[in-house]
Amino acid sequence: MRLEKCWFCSSTVYPGHGIQFVRNDAKIFRFCRSKCHKNFKMKRNPRKVKWTKAYRRVHGKDMTQDATFEFERKRNRPERYDRHVAEETLKAIKKIDKVRVDREARHYAKRMKGKKAQVQKEAANELEQSIHMVKAPAALQKEPSLTLPKVYQKQTEDRMVE
Amino acid sequence: MVQYNFKKITVVPTGKDFIDIILSRTQRQTPTVVHKGYAISRIRQFYMRKVKYTQQNFHDKLSTIIEEFPRLDDIHPFYGDLLHVLYNKDHYKLALGQINTARNLIGKIAKDYVKLLKYGDSLYRCKSLKVAALGRMCTVIKRVGPSLAYLEQIRQHMARLPSIDPNTRTILICGYPNVGKSSFINKITRADVDVQPYAFTTKSLFVGHTDYKYLRYQVIDTPGILDRPFEDRNIIEMCSITALAHLRASVLFFLDISGSCGYSVAQQAALFHSIKSLFMNKPLIIVCNKTDLQALEGISEDDMKLVMEMKAEAMKTLIGQGGEPTNDEGVLLTMSTLTEEGVIAVKNAACERLLDQRVELKMKSKKLNDCLNRFHVAMPKPRDQKERPPCIPEAVLEAKAKKAEQAAEKQKKLERDLENENGGAGVYSASLRKHYILANDEWKEDIMPEILDGHNVYDFVDPDILQRLEELEREEGMHQEHEADDFEMDGAELTPEEQEALAEIRKKKRLIVQQHRIKKSTAESRPTVPRKFDKDKQFTSERMGRQLSTLGLDPTLAINRARSKSRGRKRERSIDKGNQNGTDDMDVDGDQPNKKLRLRSRSLSRSRSRSKSRPPYEVVPGEGLKDSAQKKKAIKLAEKSHNKRNKDARKGEADRVIPTLRPKHLFSGKRSTGKTDRR
Repeated sequence: MRLEKCWFCSSTVYPGHGIQFVRNDAKIFRFCRSKCHKNFKMKRNPRKVKWTKAYRRVHGKDMTQDATFEFERKRNRPERYDRHVAEETLKAIKKIDKVRVDREARHYAKRMKGKKAQVQKEAANELEQSIHMVKAPAALQKEPSLTLPKVYQKQTEDRMVE
Repeated sequence: MVQYNFKKITVVPTGKDFIDIILSRTQRQTPTVVHKGYAISRIRQFYMRKVKYTQQNFHDKLSTIIEEFPRLDDIHPFYGDLLHVLYNKDHYKLALGQINTARNLIGKIAKDYVKLLKYGDSLYRCKSLKVAALGRMCTVIKRVGPSLAYLEQIRQHMARLPSIDPNTRTILICGYPNVGKSSFINKITRADVDVQPYAFTTKSLFVGHTDYKYLRYQVIDTPGILDRPFEDRNIIEMCSITALAHLRASVLFFLDISGSCGYSVAQQAALFHSIKSLFMNKPLIIVCNKTDLQALEGISEDDMKLVMEMKAEAMKTLIGQGGEPTNDEGVLLTMSTLTEEGVIAVKNAACERLLDQRVELKMKSKKLNDCLNRFHVAMPKPRDQKERPPCIPEAVLEAKAKKAEQAAEKQKKLERDLENENGGAGVYSASLRKHYILANDEWKEDIMPEILDGHNVYDFVDPDILQRLEELEREEGMHQEHEADDFEMDGAELTPEEQEALAEIRKKKRLIVQQHRIKKSTAESRPTVPRKFDKDKQFTSERMGRQLSTLGLDPTLAINRARSKSRGRKRERSIDKGNQNGTDDMDVDGDQPNKKLRLRSRSLSRSRSRSKSRPPYEVVPGEGLKDSAQKKKAIKLAEKSHNKRNKDARKGEADRVIPTLRPKHLFSGKRSTGKTDRR
């Protein structure tokens, strides 16, 4: 029993799920669900379909090359069973997973990092240029800081009296 | 040997069936489609093929018939004569000859028509030629039909003939009908011949087999023979005669001394003498049957004499063989098939006599002498009395002993035995891991998971996985250190007040955009009323005051100015203060001396401040009417125009109006789909 990867979206196909398509040249396409299958039949390129892993990798949204990926490789050579090796492997899988997840988080943070300065600059610019919408120039002269003016309290009591 | 293959002759079909078979085969096995547009050579080839194919098939089938039926001259004369007796040699040969001619005729027909087809110039002509050819071939077969039927009958009968080997040891039983021949054969062999009290129960030859001194003997039961001249004999009798004539066998002549067969001893003796010529060179034994009814000693004098005569004859044959003349026990025997006494004796005697004769013959023949000369076992002459047993070396002896030992010891227990011990096929499932070669035998029954956390475990298995994992973790540690180093430099971050201001700005911008969008979307249906006639009364001085104060300005001056310019306020003040200023530029209504008007205006002003709906005669600036009097007149005119109509309950302006009763697009032109008879 093996877990396979969906050809279209690269998610894992568990046993009992999905469809396998074998082409005349004996290439096997596995799909995790009918959404991917139908997209494939429409001849869509997964590298252009936003929600697939292929797109994300190509456009740099997700990590592409990493040492953690090297651990999981399909080796076609059968190994003689060794209990110690099996134990170690099972423990290692968990650790490798953790490392991989951390790395992905780091990748994301790095990706999202650079925008803060730009956003701040833009905000400052906007504030400076459009301050006239909330603060009259007269008030601005009086109080040159770029903050909301104190609302002019009309002397309503006086008015009533009058 | 041909004798034994009478059962293997293929079925001969009747004429009609024959034709059907061949024609249907032609239909199926040759191409069937031809059009007159094809090249003429192709058409010709098509039809020639059919003709030739049919001829070939006829030829094949007829040849098999001719070859499979035996040629009466080539087989053993016994069978030849037997077949002749049964089927008449001439008829048989004629039938086969007819088949042969048919075959040749068909060949000729095919040849001729193929020659003609070579010059056929149209599809129709070629087709007619082919039809004619096939037709003629079929007629030939039809004519030959009776022969085919006859051959089929012969074949069926031949298949049922007993398989008699004419060359092996045979015992022949003959005699009058009903003397007990079939009972005898039933006794000594496993044959199950019909035994009935009427004559000619046995109508053909029957074969049984019996053993004597480890040799197999054929025993042939013949139908009874009557004493008649040779020419008058019927087919059944002729069978026995044929058998007698051709088979080299010992003959048992059965005699019924009790006469219960219906014929007297005299008659039987007469028969004996008439056919004794057939007994030449055959060991003859006279068997007196039915002794339980009448003992041999008890018969009459004449009968005894006759019997003795027959015995004498039999003795002659014995002498002829070179046997002992004095031993007359082997010549005349008595028995009773009913009580079974003497039956075995008779059989033994017959077999013995036959065997002796055959051995003698063999000895006399040249061939045997040749063989005998060649066989010679050479024995070395012993030169001294010393014993010389065979010598087997020690090692070989030991090896043999060990092997025998091992074989006895090592009873390999099969998996199958194990399975049977533990409950059979459904209950016990063999442990496939028994023979695994692992570093530690305890691991044989280990179950290893295949899937863990969405990964295939087998993909990770690697002997140096630990080492690589260590490296990875080291790397990870380094990365984390570096991470701690770089953090963001927040240069220009806005203060909370500034952020508030920014939020306000953005809100205002959003509002403006929203409103503009609404205006844009409703532009078509919204009337374009200039701002000064604002319906919703959104342009009030209070509002203006509010907005200015949020902007941080003092609104009082602006409000005052706006109010000073607005009419309503002005009006009210003038009335209150009592005609301070009569008229003003802004006054549209001119002078209003009347109290009524004043009141009205008050109510007007009030109405304005209270935002009540306007009275109908009030002129709204922008309408196009001079004053309220004019407006009143206009209103009156309008009412007048529709009062009459309303009274008449006629269709009014507000009622549905079809602007064009017969619009052109419905009453002219063709439709793309549908009929135009409903316009």
